[in-house]
Amino acid sequence: MKQMHLAAHFPGVNSTTVWTDPRSRSQIDFASFEHLARTAERGKFDFFFLAEGLRLREHNGRIHDLDVVGRPESLTVLNALAAVTERLGLAATVNATFNEPYELARRLATLDHLSEGRAAWNVVTSSDAFTGENFRRGGYLDRADRYTRAAEFVATARELWDSWTPDGDSRPFAHSGQHFQISGEFTVPRSPQGHPVVIQAGDSDEGREFAASAADVIFTRHGTLEAGRRFYADVKARLAKYGRQPGDLKIMPGVTVVLGDTDAEAQQNAAEIRHQQVSPQNAILALEQIWGRDLSSYDPDGPLPDIDPDPRSDLVQGRVRVADPLAAAARWRELSEAKGLSIRQTAIEATARQSFIGSPATVAAELEEFVTTDAADGFILVPHLTPGGLDGFVDQVVPLLQERGAFRTEYSGSTLRSHLGLARPVWKS
Amino acid sequence: MSATRPLHLAAEIGGPPRYAADSHVTLARLAEGGALDYVTLSDSFGRPGPDALAVLSRVAPATTRIGLVPTVTTTHTEPFHVSSAVATLDWVSKGRAGWQADVSTTEAEARLFGRRSAAPAGALWQEAGEVADVGALLWDSWEDDAEIRDVATGRFIDRDKLHYVDFEGSTFSVRGPAIVPRPPQGRPVTVVDGTSGPARETAARYADVVHVRATSPEQAAALRDDLRRSAAAHGRDPDGLRILVALTVDLGDAEKTPEPGLESGPQLAGRGTYFRGGPVDLAELITRWHRGGAVDGFHLTPITPERDLERIVNGTVALLQHRSLFRTFYPGGTLREHLGLGRPANRHTLARTSGGHSS
Repeated sequence: MKQMHLAAHFPGVNSTTVWTDPRSRSQIDFASFEHLARTAERGKFDFFFLAEGLRLREHNGRIHDLDVVGRPESLTVLNALAAVTERLGLAATVNATFNEPYELARRLATLDHLSEGRAAWNVVTSSDAFTGENFRRGGYLDRADRYTRAAEFVATARELWDSWTPDGDSRPFAHSGQHFQISGEFTVPRSPQGHPVVIQAGDSDEGREFAASAADVIFTRHGTLEAGRRFYADVKARLAKYGRQPGDLKIMPGVTVVLGDTDAEAQQNAAEIRHQQVSPQNAILALEQIWGRDLSSYDPDGPLPDIDPDPRSDLVQGRVRVADPLAAAARWRELSEAKGLSIRQTAIEATARQSFIGSPATVAAELEEFVTTDAADGFILVPHLTPGGLDGFVDQVVPLLQERGAFRTEYSGSTLRSHLGLARPVWKS
Repeated sequence: MSATRPLHLAAEIGGPPRYAADSHVTLARLAEGGALDYVTLSDSFGRPGPDALAVLSRVAPATTRIGLVPTVTTTHTEPFHVSSAVATLDWVSKGRAGWQADVSTTEAEARLFGRRSAAPAGALWQEAGEVADVGALLWDSWEDDAEIRDVATGRFIDRDKLHYVDFEGSTFSVRGPAIVPRPPQGRPVTVVDGTSGPARETAARYADVVHVRATSPEQAAALRDDLRRSAAAHGRDPDGLRILVALTVDLGDAEKTPEPGLESGPQLAGRGTYFRGGPVDLAELITRWHRGGAVDGFHLTPITPERDLERIVNGTVALLQHRSLFRTFYPGGTLREHLGLGRPANRHTLARTSGGHSS
């Protein structure tokens, strides 16, 4: 039977975390990271996952002040977590635009050694001159260039990881490509996993192709069972042309879970959480992100604005841009009119991500259905509370999944690749 | 000069490259058992070995008191990433982080990155100073009480307590603010090896701790005076500077060495004068130099860490403690506290309060 994979996301800078909840603790103290990581390991999760931020978001020319913000640097935290965990995979999101292959390959290989084979790298890119203002490179890469750079970056890192033989001999490397011309000797031997696990995030066509060619895990965000199945079929079908098998790439959407003693109670809890996440101020912000206009004079409990979005706006900086503001605004208007929703109510519905809501038994059954019907290979759980947001899931849902045979009861190996059922990369001489 | 200044001791735990965590943890715990101020781990892109900051981050939760000072190079790295990583080491160690700034001067290192050619040490040390400068600015870019979690207004942070740094250096610029909130020590400890001329200028201007190389107490005292004068000329309080003499230490043939002491012998493991002798001889040397007021302490690089660090802690340090010349326990929790350095006030908070203005 196909077993699912599970990962825990530590929600760094975000509007998911309900920081107004009295159970909410520090998002920066190491104790919080340790709590969530130990919980995930207690639940036999595959890995612990950290996102990245390289520039504080701005709104209307000022630092945005509504979100949880302020986080440590990912790889450094994961190295520390390697000291307080034994089996859990440790995944860092690190930008391929504002780093260099030699240094990053070395830091990842070091984490893999220090954790005895538990390192993973979530490759992301940025086309953002705004973020670039914090870096030497500065500047801007257009969409196509940042993917070619990322692809070459990953390929170069693999060359470096393969530049030591499995017998422990170092051999000089030389890479000459469009983005990198580097040579010398790598300072770290081949790591316990051969190569750290490579994760790729993103649903775009380029992202899917990149993942099919180079990634071990794809971190996605799709809404429904049907959308999940379409995505799954599409991405898995792309693997063959790269000589890869369907099992070589694990598809793991990021999802939230809300539990209750009964399904009705869980629905009520979920509504309260969404209400806390989308505060009146955050509702206006979500609206402004699409409209690209200052809408602070609008009543969050009133109707949507009847003016059109400004597609050339730079009101919001540091967030993913809405690709087609006019279409998004039309979608919001349709939703609002169909259900008679206010701005805040519309924002609550329109910005929701895939969520599993119900009693532990209901959630366990739904998660299993997603996996057995090929809408996913597993899930990256995004809790709304730091650091205790997965306590309930691990205590109540994991045992049910284990009873159903849908999830492991013990780790069978010690490396992240073994948890994920991925082969150790063949050494390329 | 008074002989009552506290003695500071630090040790390098590098040596031959090791990639698993165990030996580093063992050595750091050993040094912590001797109540040493900090351990260093040297690093370079140009020779085999793991990333030093990563290793000491792995060591952090396995230790409780000892300061952790990895070498971080500034030539081919991003200043913004450097400041984030060092601040994070401070967070995961609860205030025990430092970093030893260094430069990459070789063409071989430059080829690993392919971004720029090798440059003269003077220019690279000037850049290292700018990296230290922007690091301190970024660590101050969040005031200590910037996180407010104000339910009434929905604001998580007080954005008036976050500051752009808008740093324009000779080779880079950084807009800021930091992503990492101000670390527990306010600013992690900056260490510079001031042996070379260009490095010494940067050290006097930006370092909290300077490692120097001297073959006599007189020479050490002269270097110390020079660094303190230079720091003062940069508008710094010279008492905010700690000057440690770097010694490469071989305690391996204690019984056989007829005349223990300093040699101009091989520069094998680290930088600094080469000492060969027994643990007691080393304690005598430390006592003599420190009593004379020549130095604030010593940074010891054991030739063979597993052997020599054990002899340093259980021999040399134990003897110094027995003579009440060195602490037997840590009175504080942070590296700054070990070094007797205050927690720097945030420059923006200071400006706000001393200017009598609030926004």
